Amino acid sequence: MNITSAQYHFDTFLQKNTCIKAVINGQDLLVPLDENNRHYQAIQEWAAIDGNNIIDNGA
Amino acid sequence: MALTRLTSANAIPDDSIANVKMANIVQSKNIIINGDMQIAQRGTSAASVTGDGYKTVDRFINEMSSAGTWTLSQDTDVPSGYGFSSSLKYDCTTANGSLSAGSWGFISQRFEGQNLQYLNYGTSSAQKLTLSFWVKSVKTGTYIVEMVSFATTKSQSQSYTISSASTWEKKTITFTGDTATAIANSSARSFNLNFWLVAGTTYTSGTLNTSYNTTTNANRAVGQVNLADSTSNNFWITGIQLEAGDTASEFEFLPYDVNLLRCQRYFQCSFEQGVTPGNNEANYLMQDCSCYASNSCYFGTPLFCEMRADPTCVYYTGNNSSSSGNKITYYNGSWTNGTAANAVLTDKYVSASASISSSANQSILLQYNYTFDSEL
Repeated sequence: MNITSAQYHFDTFLQKNTCIKAVINGQDLLVPLDENNRHYQAIQEWAAIDGNNIIDNGA
Repeated sequence: MALTRLTSANAIPDDSIANVKMANIVQSKNIIINGDMQIAQRGTSAASVTGDGYKTVDRFINEMSSAGTWTLSQDTDVPSGYGFSSSLKYDCTTANGSLSAGSWGFISQRFEGQNLQYLNYGTSSAQKLTLSFWVKSVKTGTYIVEMVSFATTKSQSQSYTISSASTWEKKTITFTGDTATAIANSSARSFNLNFWLVAGTTYTSGTLNTSYNTTTNANRAVGQVNLADSTSNNFWITGIQLEAGDTASEFEFLPYDVNLLRCQRYFQCSFEQGVTPGNNEANYLMQDCSCYASNSCYFGTPLFCEMRADPTCVYYTGNNSSSSGNKITYYNGSWTNGTAANAVLTDKYVSASASISSSANQSILLQYNYTFDSEL
């Protein structure tokens, strides 16, 4: 998978991060925070590489 | 139609039902899902394919790198007289006759470990697996099919020969069982079945590995022809069945609805069968919702069946201008696009939020489409 960006989505009603907005293979995806999801797994591998970060703006 | 009461006089005697006939009516003996290529929720054709991804027929992922450019499609070319109506077609549109060492390309299906426990891997009773399929190719020669254990990084390859160009041929291959390593009992990816089409020397320079061993790339696809060496090369496949034991039985045809439901454990969408997901489709979901606060609303979608995992979501506009970035359409005096994001989701339902222009407690109408993906 070609991941070009990843950012947590903070839900103001639920007051927590609810998904990752990611661009993967040129497509905008809403990736759940589920370790059994293949896109989530790929983002974790991508984020482990120096220079890649999942942007987390929090509350 | 007249109904006849069953009596002792007209009942079928037990000994007139042959076991060999009964063996072919056991449902779901086929580990492969959608082996007859009947279901194509993502659309019937994908052009300019050069890389990985689920493109057309359900459950089959294209894995590819530096292996030419292809159009993948659900095709009506099938072996005549065997009950099939669809095949998966690979059409080479840009050739690569000089593969790099690391070039590779194959069609793959991935399996959940919890569905393979009956194979008894990791014990002396490990069962063999027999693969049968119909294949047709413009290019004759040796092809490789491979079982890969994702969790244990072990694999096994077998070869088959396409002897006549552009002719449907049925192939049967048996894989030995793995007596050494058990399959994890979970919904995670455990095995892949790979049909190789293209392989650079990284995958062909050794000796073909024909029993379960730790994967060595050089031994994975030895002898594989280069299907990408000409734009004349087309490849079709259908009737894929993988079953326990060392003999191949007749292909197990499932009713359309059963086949679709099995696919929907991994992919669901609001688009009609065969329609490629996109914005501004003629048909879309309509949903009334009330805004709990200004500029925000929540909406929900129950799933057709329990999905394998929490799905990756993509939202598309309804009957409104196209816009990228998970946009949905809503009515606020005029049709406008807002941005969706996941809120609460499980393998049974998806709730999402939308950033829109509204006041608190305002009721608005949404139009949207979606895809939910929990493929392996």
